[in-house]
Amino acid sequence: MSRINDARRRVLRGIAALGCSAAASPFASTLTLASVPTDARLVVVILRGAMDGLDVVQPRGDRSFAKARPGLIGKAKDLNGFFALNDNLGALMSLWKVGELSFVHAVSTPYRDERSHFDGQDMLEAGTAMDVGPAAMRDGWLNRLLQVMPGATGETAFAIGRENPKILAGAAPVANWAPNTNFALSDEGQKLLLEVYHDDPLFSAAALEAIELAAVMDADSAGDMDETSAVMQERMRDGGGNSQRALAAFAADRLNHDTRIAAFSINGWDTHRNQAQGLKRALERLSETILSLKLGLGGNWQKTTVLAMTEFGRTVRENGTGGTDHGTAGAMVLAGGAIRGGQVFGRWPGLAESDLYDRRDLMPTGDVRSYAAWAMREMFSLERSALEGSVFPGLDMGANPGIIL
Amino acid sequence: MSSRPILAAIRFGYGMGPRRAELNPGAILGGLGDGGEVAKKFPVESTATAIAAMARYQRLKKQEKTAPGAPGGRLKQARTDLRRIAGLGLVHGVARILDTPAPFHERLMWFWADHFTAVAKTRVLRAAAPAYLDEAIRPHITGRFSQMLKAVITHPFMLNYLDQVTSMGPNSVAGKRRGKGLNENLAREVMELHSLGVGGGYVQKDVRELAELMTGLSFSRRKQAFVFNPQMAEPGQNRILGKPYGGASHGLKDILLALDDLAAHPSTARHIALKLAVHFVADTPPEGLVDELEATYRRSGGDLMALYEVLLQHPDSWGELGQKAKQPFDFIASALVSLGIAGTQLVAFPPRDLERLLFRPLAAMGQPFMQARGPDGWPEAASAWITPHGLAARISWSNAILRRLGGRVGTAEEFLTTTLGDAAGENLKRAVARAPTDFDGAALVLASAEFNRR
Repeated sequence: MSRINDARRRVLRGIAALGCSAAASPFASTLTLASVPTDARLVVVILRGAMDGLDVVQPRGDRSFAKARPGLIGKAKDLNGFFALNDNLGALMSLWKVGELSFVHAVSTPYRDERSHFDGQDMLEAGTAMDVGPAAMRDGWLNRLLQVMPGATGETAFAIGRENPKILAGAAPVANWAPNTNFALSDEGQKLLLEVYHDDPLFSAAALEAIELAAVMDADSAGDMDETSAVMQERMRDGGGNSQRALAAFAADRLNHDTRIAAFSINGWDTHRNQAQGLKRALERLSETILSLKLGLGGNWQKTTVLAMTEFGRTVRENGTGGTDHGTAGAMVLAGGAIRGGQVFGRWPGLAESDLYDRRDLMPTGDVRSYAAWAMREMFSLERSALEGSVFPGLDMGANPGIIL
Repeated sequence: MSSRPILAAIRFGYGMGPRRAELNPGAILGGLGDGGEVAKKFPVESTATAIAAMARYQRLKKQEKTAPGAPGGRLKQARTDLRRIAGLGLVHGVARILDTPAPFHERLMWFWADHFTAVAKTRVLRAAAPAYLDEAIRPHITGRFSQMLKAVITHPFMLNYLDQVTSMGPNSVAGKRRGKGLNENLAREVMELHSLGVGGGYVQKDVRELAELMTGLSFSRRKQAFVFNPQMAEPGQNRILGKPYGGASHGLKDILLALDDLAAHPSTARHIALKLAVHFVADTPPEGLVDELEATYRRSGGDLMALYEVLLQHPDSWGELGQKAKQPFDFIASALVSLGIAGTQLVAFPPRDLERLLFRPLAAMGQPFMQARGPDGWPEAASAWITPHGLAARISWSNAILRRLGGRVGTAEEFLTTTLGDAAGENLKRAVARAPTDFDGAALVLASAEFNRR
């Protein structure tokens, strides 16, 4: 980032802060903006709706697999002789080959038995275990990560898109923005608005952040119209503001600036019927997301880890309508230049009826939180005690699975 | 503390404006029957009409595929028709709010629409969404909860959304012939979201048994309506929460009985009580109010009017304003009320303006119309809506709507008074007085926390 651009930012932030005496002064982040604590990038993608891990990373070598799903098995590309990758992720095979794509199988959160999407997602984002009721899971684990990362500022982490994901909710300041948000106010208008919001912390924090982010976006796009910004703008034009590619391009752009942690969602995994069609669309979105991140991040892709995780897996047997119902264990997707690629991690429990959870679901043999915790430990050099005590309270990380290079 | 009529208008209605005064709290309940007239004035198309329009569109699209150019302008017309029918849900939905003598009735309509969230699975199916609300929800707003539950669970739109139309007993005639079986999606959500609530005392086995019992709920293409199809029904008795339903076979009445029993369950009483209190009063509602609602639900057997009476009369319902954020739909509707726009005026806006001022802004604020992410509907917490981009979209929209109206709002101070009355805070009054133009002042009122909260 050029010095001129730095100066321009300060001016814009200064304007944004006029008339504001709220505790969360934007000046604070101006001062610490330069001290980004790490060079590693973490992208967490929440796959909402329960991705069928068994259809994505297919255990072709397990004799029970074909029997359980006679109507579901479509084309797949061999990964390691036992597992094969659903053909709709075929565009990612190049990443697999160069060691930038891996999977973890038979993993889950600690969520069990009720199989509710909403509680399952709450637990995935809270990073807690079953001993904490849904109501108590207010903070997200990425927010608690920020709290133990020295030097993290408001722009270290970004929640991207029109949802406000719980995974980043909590005490640490986090930026939250959707691409293509149109926001232009005169300086005078901003000043009056902040006065109106003065006594309402929720509104004044949101407005301050909106003003600040709009200014920073403005400065970034005016100052360094480099390759990635150009790519991003092109993508946003053809993809529209809501498309998956626009989200990924926007995330990449932020990660090329001061952001080190980004989170967003991909929906559409709840394939109760006609799974072949539904899963195809969702996998294409996932594949586009990962490829857009790689393209947008350029050289920074080598320092990046993408973790894509879902609330739970789906039933081993196909249901009566060409789909699968809510299950327990599933798969997790790892991508990026920072990971150990070309692997299917995890311990395979088998699909014989006696090996299943509740005689219907893939048995969990690992906790998605341990993999996330090891990724963060290796990437950000965090203490194990902070990860097991604060980020994922009560977690036993176990032995290092070696997912990060 | 705001006066009760102002509090009532903001908390139980869509606020105040030149055509809409404050609400007399004592008269709200008596006015609840008045929702019918305004619905007739701004009607939506029925499920049958919507389905006919979808079929016409699909036929022409197929024709276009086999013989390009053959349908001519008819294909474009069919597409426009579909979009218009789908759009009536929002445009006439808001127009009803603008003209109704009973705003609480419309608030309840949207509350129940969210409780029984159903989303079109494809763009084409969106044309059937408005009819779902008018056919399954609206007629039962002042009835019993069980009636609404049964109407929803037998409506084609819900049956399609949560996959029930494809579920059949693996041992049923149709299931054996086609080698198909169960889909437990709707059965699970009936228990988890519509009645008992998560943690409401059911287990996976109950979900499975209810899914078996619910087989047969279907849609007839020929009749273009809901039917019970015994050919799809799984034979054998089902035991749900300990009680057996059906015998060697089951019929519609057994399913309706199970729904009645779920509606009468104490967990449902608690679940509905909590949802009403959270939606209307506070994100963290007063315990006393929830308890009273729950007790009333149990005592009255889910009589919704009795619940509304508690909601309107309980002292805990009249605490300070500001405990909730208006969701984007309510924000836009109440802003249009404050600007004095009539329903007839709104529906006369050209489609391009409706797109720019209703459809797209709702999506930008995080609430694309009738497209909730899942069957659990929209979040209630203020923090889910007042995000940087969500608030930015509200502020941008406030400016856009004022520009569209050419600033015909009188002086900013008058606008503040008619819109918020004594609910306006000191900071807002001061800022409005200092605003360089009336336009800027009015935009501040619409953007203010006082206006966006309730």
